[in-house]
Amino acid sequence: MRILAVCGMGLGSSLVLKMNIEKVMDQEGIKGTVDVKDLSSIQGEKADFIFASEEIGKKIDHPAEVISVKNMTDRNEIKEKVLTAAAKLSK
Amino acid sequence: MTLINFIVYQVLNEPAVLVGLMALIGLAVMKKPFSKIMSGTLKSILGFVILGAGSNVLISSLNNLGPMIQQTFNIQGVIPTNEAIVALAQQTFGRETALIMGFGFLANLLFARITPLKYVFLTGHHIFFMAALLSAVLGTAGLNEIPLIIVGSLLLGFVMVLFPALGAPFMRKVTGGDEVAIGHFGTTGYIAAGLVGQLIGDPEDSTEDIEFSDSLSFLKESVLSTMLTMIIIFFIIGLFAGPEVYAEYAGERSLFMFALMQGITFAAGVSIILSGVRMIIGEIVPAFQGIAEKIVPDAKPALDCPITFTYAPNAVIIGFIFSFLGGLVSMFLLGPLGLALIIPGMVPHFFTGATAGVFGNATGGKKGAMLGAFVNGILISFLPALLLPVLGSLGFANTTFGDADFGVVGIIVGYLAKLFS
Repeated sequence: MRILAVCGMGLGSSLVLKMNIEKVMDQEGIKGTVDVKDLSSIQGEKADFIFASEEIGKKIDHPAEVISVKNMTDRNEIKEKVLTAAAKLSK
Repeated sequence: MTLINFIVYQVLNEPAVLVGLMALIGLAVMKKPFSKIMSGTLKSILGFVILGAGSNVLISSLNNLGPMIQQTFNIQGVIPTNEAIVALAQQTFGRETALIMGFGFLANLLFARITPLKYVFLTGHHIFFMAALLSAVLGTAGLNEIPLIIVGSLLLGFVMVLFPALGAPFMRKVTGGDEVAIGHFGTTGYIAAGLVGQLIGDPEDSTEDIEFSDSLSFLKESVLSTMLTMIIIFFIIGLFAGPEVYAEYAGERSLFMFALMQGITFAAGVSIILSGVRMIIGEIVPAFQGIAEKIVPDAKPALDCPITFTYAPNAVIIGFIFSFLGGLVSMFLLGPLGLALIIPGMVPHFFTGATAGVFGNATGGKKGAMLGAFVNGILISFLPALLLPVLGSLGFANTTFGDADFGVVGIIVGYLAKLFS
C-alpha cells in the first residue's frame, strides 16, 4: 500500500499523519510506504490513498482516493481509516 | 591518527554528512531494517545539498530586491522568511547547526525526563531553524567550537520544552483536551493573542458562528502565497524606485515582467529549499519520536501549528488578515524609529497569524481573534527588526527569521552572551 500524507507545507501536519499511520501499519502488519508531500507537488505522484486534514483534503484533485482525517492526533480515528483503506486494497 | 584526523576534519566538517549521520544513528537505534536505514540516511544528506541549491536560486532574486530598496528608500529592507535565512546560515554555520540540532534533540529528552516540563518537540523544521539561529547568535557573540555546541544544544533543548509548556494553558482551551501541546516557535505571539483575548473578548462570541467563503484558502499553499506576495512587493518597490533604478536590475525587461519573474524565482527557491528540508525532517523526526517514546513515555508531543487550524477554521482566515494588517501598520512605524524596514512576509503571517487567531478566539471570541492576531502581526515585525543586530553578518542579509520566538530567544541570548564574552 502506498500512501501520501499531504498538508500545505509538507512538513507539519502531514508528518504527524505519517508517523501515526506508520504506527498503525506496524502494529497491524500492513506492508507499505508513507511519504509526506505538500499540496503543490502531489500531481503525478503514484499512490493508492492520500491522507490529509479535512480542509486540505477538499483541495486535492488526484486519481487516488482521498481520505480526510478529522483529528490527526486521534490514533483511533487513524487506525480505523487505515484499516478500511487496507481492506479496500486487498479486495 | 590519520583516521581520527580524517573523521574530525573531513567527515564532521561536512554538514550534509553530519545530518546524515544523525539520521543513521536515530534509525539504527530504532532497529529499522537495513534498507530503511540506508534510504533515510542518504535522503537526509541529499536533502541538505538540495537546501543549498535552493538558497542560490532564492538569493539571485533577493540580491535584486535588497539593493533596490536601499537605493530607493535609503533603508535596509528585510522580508522575514525562515527558509531563506536558514539556508543562508548554512553557508557559515552548517556544521554547528547540524550538531546543535542533534544534541538539542537529546537535551530535549533530558529536560523532559528530569523536569516537570514533559514535552517532546516534534516540529522538525523549527528545531532546525532554531539550531541555525542559536549558531548564528552565539557565533556572533564570540563563542566557537565545543562551547558553542554545548551552550547551543542546552538552550535548544530548553526552549523545546519551555515554549510548549508556556503555550499549554491556552492550548487546553483551544483543543478542549490535554493530549497535545503546541510545538511551534511562534508561541510568544500565540500567548500574546490568548492574553489579549482574555482581556477584551468573550469566548462565547466565537468566530465559528460566522459564515465564510473559503476563497482565501489557496494561501495555505505556501509556495503560491509566497510567489504572489513577492511579485507584488517587487512591483511596488519598482514603482517607487522609478524606471532609472529598476532598469539597473531589470535591464530591457518591463517592470511587470521583471516583478513577475523575480517573484516566481524567489518562490522557486523557497520551494527547492522546502523539498530539501522535507527530505531531512521526514527521516529524522520519526526516528526521534520513536526514541522519545522509549526514554520519556509520559511526555506529550508538541506539534506544528496547523494542528490547531481544525479547531477554528474561521479564526484561521481572520487571524491571517489581522496579523498581516498588524505587519503593514508596523512597517510604517519601523522607519521613523530608525529600525530596518520589515516587509510583511506572507508565510509567517499566514501560519502564525492564523494560529494567533485560533488562540485569541479560544479566549476572547471574535474580538480576541482579531486583536490577538493584530498584536501577533506587530510582534513579528518588531522582533525581527530588533533581532538583526545580534545576527552579525547575517543581520545584513535582506531576509531574517520570521516567527516571534526566534526573535525573543535570539535577542535575549544575543545580549546575555555579549555580557559574558
